[in-house]
Amino acid sequence: MAVRECDVVIIGAGPAGLAAALYASRARLRTLVLDKGTPGGQVRTTWSMENYPGFVRGMTGPELMDRFAEHAKEFGAEIMRGDVTEVDFGGDPKIVRTHGGEEYRARAVIVAPGAEPRTLGLPGERELRGKGVSYCATCDADFFEDLDIVVIGNGDAAVEEAMYLTKFVNSATMIVVHDEGILDATAVIRDRAFKNSKMKWVWNSVVEEIRGDGIVESVVIKNIKTNERTELEANGVFVFVGTVPKTDFLRGHVELDRRGYVVANELMETSVDGVYCAGDARIKYLRQVITAAADGAIAAVAAEKYIHEEEGFREMVLDPEEPVMVAFWSPASQASLDFLPTVERVAEGRRGKLNLVKIDIYKNQRVAGRYGVTEAPTMAFFRGGQLVEKVCWPTNESELAAVADKVIGG
Amino acid sequence: MLEVNKENFEAEVLGAAGPVLVDFWSTKCEPCMALVPEVEALAEKYGDRVKFCKLNVLENRRLSIGQKVLGLPTIAMYKSGEKVAELTKDDATVANIEAMIKEHGR
Repeated sequence: MAVRECDVVIIGAGPAGLAAALYASRARLRTLVLDKGTPGGQVRTTWSMENYPGFVRGMTGPELMDRFAEHAKEFGAEIMRGDVTEVDFGGDPKIVRTHGGEEYRARAVIVAPGAEPRTLGLPGERELRGKGVSYCATCDADFFEDLDIVVIGNGDAAVEEAMYLTKFVNSATMIVVHDEGILDATAVIRDRAFKNSKMKWVWNSVVEEIRGDGIVESVVIKNIKTNERTELEANGVFVFVGTVPKTDFLRGHVELDRRGYVVANELMETSVDGVYCAGDARIKYLRQVITAAADGAIAAVAAEKYIHEEEGFREMVLDPEEPVMVAFWSPASQASLDFLPTVERVAEGRRGKLNLVKIDIYKNQRVAGRYGVTEAPTMAFFRGGQLVEKVCWPTNESELAAVADKVIGG
Repeated sequence: MLEVNKENFEAEVLGAAGPVLVDFWSTKCEPCMALVPEVEALAEKYGDRVKFCKLNVLENRRLSIGQKVLGLPTIAMYKSGEKVAELTKDDATVANIEAMIKEHGR
């Protein structure tokens, strides 16, 4: 079993992971991206890319993702094939293992596993998958040249994919649950779809069953207003009804919501220090290439700060053999600024026996928080990597000197 | 891997003496392209036990549909002219393909 070490491991090479890789590698972090497939994530299966700024026409999903990947590699990121099945975020370094048995160790991990198409669980859906039931228009469109298909879903993705399919099929019948003329898709997409002569519309209806002997032959449609059921002949059924996050491997390791999405804040920080989440797998308002890329950038910058903060603290405070006096100060606290000369004098008088480290609690909130430091000035003493004394708001030099001597003598 | 098509499918796959694996693929299918190096690696490893073929569905659409393949990627195993196993879509992973080869290979 091979073991590899680096600064940041990014799980998933979709737009979120690749943007994170670009930012991380450009910040000179040793960056490794793992993906079980070709880089690009779900964008790989999207032909029309109309809403990524700067590319009005002539840019397909796969092309854009190739560029993302090239860009990340340009700065030194390494993109590798690997299906991550196991993680251990409990210690430092954090450990990621793949299906093939490879192990990766990193100071910080950015999870960007993305999402995959949601299935409906209809009778016949599972059995006829790849037999006419499809969730990927670009993968399967060619099979349906001059044939008749049914499309389930009426959001942006569903309508756009259906329009792509009309370049191949004889007809695409959209089964829409809403009243006539109403779609979940945005107006610009809706208007274009209504002008497409190959698209047919069945309103107030849902698909109840997909039928066929070995391959799709028909669907059973139910009108939700009349409860009337009709059977519609079809050679294919395309399902575009949203996505589910691919976060099973994270269950029990970072906090997920009921539906499996990762809980992360504005800095993309998950419930675990040094583990970030970017892209579609995160709880968020809008899941698009541009928001995934933005997540990736933020996660990488936050991870970089984390790594440097942790590294600095360990080198200066935890690793030295001699005792360390840490002055937690803040530019917002005049008292802490006024106290710094006193701190310097106490340290100067004990040169060689006591190291002084000054930490801005505003810039190093994680470290400060870990040791329960909420206000400045706070003086903390470390020996052999352990916190041995902490004094909040020391008032004068003699008080501080007494504690310092106690720690040195300890 | 042997390229099969509507002309030679009958002879090379259905008429073959031993087990045959057919990788149904197309240039437009990104997951298929991602699988190519993996399947080629398996062909190296198991080539003596199973005959490895690939079939471009874009050029052989009727043949593919005739084989009840209407989605990609699809990897199927044939024995004595019959399809005996098949993996499609998300199930078509390297691990599953290798397991299928071990089960149906000689």
